[in-house]
Amino acid sequence: MRGLRTLLLLTTAFLLLPFEALAEDNPLRLWHAYRGAEEAALQAAADRYTEQTGTKVQLTATPFGAFEKKLETAIPRGNGPDLFIAAHGNLGKWQDLNLMVSVLPQDGQQPLATEALQDNDLQWGHPLALKTLLLFSDPELVDAAPTTTDELIAQAQALTDGQTYGLVYQAGTPFFHAPWMHGFGAESIGPNGAELNSQEHIDAYAFTQRLSHTLDIMPKRPTAQLLSQLYNDGRAAFVISGPWFLSEIDRPIRASSLPIISENGQPAKPFLSVEAIFVADGARLPEEAADFAAWLSSSEGAQIRQDTGKQAVTATEIEPTDDPIISAVLEQSAQAVPLPTDSDISNVWRAQEKAMEALVSGGASAKRTAENAAYFHSIYSREAPTPASAAPYWILMLGVLGGGVWWVRRQWGNADLRRRLRLHRGDYLWVLPAGVAMLILVALPFAMGAAVSLYAHQGGEWTFVGLSHFWEILSASETGFTSPMSFWYTLVVTLLWTVTNLMLHVGIGVGLALLLREPWIRMRGVWRALLILPWAIPNYITALIWKTMFHVQYGAVNALLGFGGEPANVDWFSSFSTAFCANLITNTWLGFPFMMVVTLGALQAIPRELEEAAEVDGASWWTRFRMVIWPLLKPALMPAIILGSVWTFNMFNVIYLVSNGGPMGSTEILISDAYQWAFSGGNYYGYAAAYAVLIFGVLLIYSRFANRLAGRRVL
Amino acid sequence: MRTPGKLKVFIAHAALVLITIVTLYPVLWVLKMALEPSQSFSMGLSPLPSEVSLENFKAVVSTSDAQGALFPRQLWNSLIVSLATSVLGVSLAATAAYAMSRWDFPGKNQAMGAFLVTQMFPGVVMAIPLYILLDQFQLLDSLTGLVLVYATTSVPFSVWTLKGYFDTLPVALEEAALLDGCSRWMIFRKIVLPLARPALAVVALFSFLTAWNEYILAATFMNDPHAYTLPIVLQSYVTDYGTEWGNFAAGSILVSLPVVVLFFALQKHFVEGLTAGGVKG
Repeated sequence: MRGLRTLLLLTTAFLLLPFEALAEDNPLRLWHAYRGAEEAALQAAADRYTEQTGTKVQLTATPFGAFEKKLETAIPRGNGPDLFIAAHGNLGKWQDLNLMVSVLPQDGQQPLATEALQDNDLQWGHPLALKTLLLFSDPELVDAAPTTTDELIAQAQALTDGQTYGLVYQAGTPFFHAPWMHGFGAESIGPNGAELNSQEHIDAYAFTQRLSHTLDIMPKRPTAQLLSQLYNDGRAAFVISGPWFLSEIDRPIRASSLPIISENGQPAKPFLSVEAIFVADGARLPEEAADFAAWLSSSEGAQIRQDTGKQAVTATEIEPTDDPIISAVLEQSAQAVPLPTDSDISNVWRAQEKAMEALVSGGASAKRTAENAAYFHSIYSREAPTPASAAPYWILMLGVLGGGVWWVRRQWGNADLRRRLRLHRGDYLWVLPAGVAMLILVALPFAMGAAVSLYAHQGGEWTFVGLSHFWEILSASETGFTSPMSFWYTLVVTLLWTVTNLMLHVGIGVGLALLLREPWIRMRGVWRALLILPWAIPNYITALIWKTMFHVQYGAVNALLGFGGEPANVDWFSSFSTAFCANLITNTWLGFPFMMVVTLGALQAIPRELEEAAEVDGASWWTRFRMVIWPLLKPALMPAIILGSVWTFNMFNVIYLVSNGGPMGSTEILISDAYQWAFSGGNYYGYAAAYAVLIFGVLLIYSRFANRLAGRRVL
Repeated sequence: MRTPGKLKVFIAHAALVLITIVTLYPVLWVLKMALEPSQSFSMGLSPLPSEVSLENFKAVVSTSDAQGALFPRQLWNSLIVSLATSVLGVSLAATAAYAMSRWDFPGKNQAMGAFLVTQMFPGVVMAIPLYILLDQFQLLDSLTGLVLVYATTSVPFSVWTLKGYFDTLPVALEEAALLDGCSRWMIFRKIVLPLARPALAVVALFSFLTAWNEYILAATFMNDPHAYTLPIVLQSYVTDYGTEWGNFAAGSILVSLPVVVLFFALQKHFVEGLTAGGVKG
């Protein structure tokens, strides 16, 4: 106990110390998501700037996945940086959110880069570098880069055999589909908004399907990691990727522009993204920030970024480079379409990505994919519910409040209760700290989150819409009840998910525990220790590992199913049943150790004599289990089962990391669906919050039911 | 009970070996990627490394920025946050659980229910409101903020487990002490807490794990890499452009190792601490 007290004092002392600011003298704070050479170049440039001006710049690398979300939460609340570096694609959305201030245009920049950053007659950031997709080829396999798609296909077909693939790229994502989409004359957002079901779109989808599926020149489900792996093994002749691809390559590589589409003679046009430095709204040092941003973008900053970071910089007056990759990016930029900045673009990405899942696995035709994309987009971009008057809700709230006061007064009239309250006065002190903490840090945030469900969030604007979200969700008015996008479909999947998981967790856990307590099992301690490992390792690590193990061509699971011969050919993420199984297997692996340990504990309390008596009476193994062990085990296991079911019901990590809801959202559970609404696509926080409230409601109903199931109050 | 026949014993052991292999397979995979000096994901069937080097571990441990070394600082953050979460979470939970186990005050059952209902709040909606709250209290970018949030997350499970355990402890001892003039606080500290050690160990471990493994909230609240905890660092090896698998795996092992050691050390307590309440309660 003494040691514990020291520990307590030490940790409290440490926590009370304010987190010391690392640089005392107020530097410029810059957030970026660069890694490797680009990060080094940025640091070098910042150092040079400090030498010249004396202004210090503090660089903060933020994990890529969290970067945008961080900017969007921190800056509006005044906790953001002075500057941030990002691609220009979010310009529209970030203008809505007021994340940055405009800057004065500068000369000496490529016009297309400056134009991409202008909107509403103002320039919103200083351009730094250009990024586009390129065609990479392996000089050891390919003599010269092809100029047309027919040539590309012919060469790729000639080079494809059991080991090597002619072409590798992430065909199923809209960003990588864009070169063909633009080449066939389609646009993600045209002058009249998104028209995703045009003939041009269908032609482009058909071409993507040919490349990725019909021609058999590509591996299945190529992920970013597969790209670099195959290339480094000399097993990929052509790769379509961006300049970032190079950081993972350790072999010679050639970069060239994307080929001309043979069908219509038009060049394939990838998206052009202009990386820029933005001055954040509410910057502490706005003038210094603007000065640094301009300097970093100018020829002086650009030179360092080009030489050290291998960036295709936008500044024009710099020493030219002979770096072939930079030249290729600059050349391709002339034939590229700047990323649209319309705030609807995130809905288009989300819709196309979802529709294309089936396209590249051959599950849907080009025509069907275009229809799906348009349909998904219509749902994602539908109008927010009409604003509602808040008056009835105020009246309702007053009513509830009044009811509460009336109830308390009535209770107060109860003399017996008053007496008991006085008697137990001291008891409440014991519960108070935990109660207050829970109230402030759990109940209050949830109430705030729940209140958000009464508002609609679109384009940075909040409008009060009352209960419309709930009505929309529960009536499935947009989608119909049976569509995988409806609440009810997802609820059924979630229930199926919870029930199957628990059956497996409990079945395997109890089975192993029964086995492990037999005295004739050798090394019981060792088995037990090894079998709880899945519980001890953080689940976001192992879920990612499992996902890769389910890869159709290179995954260990299919290799095992081949029993030593040819690997099985199960495309795990192509259909609901297999994708669901992949999630289920992963979560079973994660979940059985908990049940095993709980059962082992419970079994200790069951006297073996009972069982032995039953055995003497000639009861079979099953009868002994059913009549003796289970009745004694059940009361101990029930709380764990019920708690486990709540955890499984909200098991976000596994769904998000393993199947990510695919194919086409069919394996999404309620919580992951809510997350998608909030954070991918259009930030429908209100809609997502309504989902969360409904999840809570479902679990609350379940807990009533669970108490009856357990035969006593558990929850 | 008699020992079953040789065949049955053999089958049982064979089954155990098989299940253990399946269980260990993904873990070995992480080990393999951590030890092979490359950043790509290994494909194929064998989970044994083809080449062994500590390069990835070195890379992960030696990360730094202009202000100095990062990894030791982040490890320290993780440790402090997790330990403080344990201490705070268990202190909050133990007093509440004891009161609920011993005294029949009005509203007790409702409170018990309320603690468990909080387990049903979906985390998705909590991140942004929590951000706003912590911002109000000037606790963003601070380890204290993280500790407060994590401790409250772990309290319901702890209250529930500890109450179950306290219920099984005999009241006679405490009644005797009360007659001898001990205060309730004295009894709680000198008699009840020492007796409840197995359960305390389990809930302390759980609270520790909550803090040790969490990354979504941490990534939202922390802006300064020197204030990061290790899970955020691990997450930064996974990007849309590809994953630095070697570093990710090496980092994963460094993150998992202390937990695995704790698990093994506390295994015995687990079995007792987790279920005693349930069996007799």
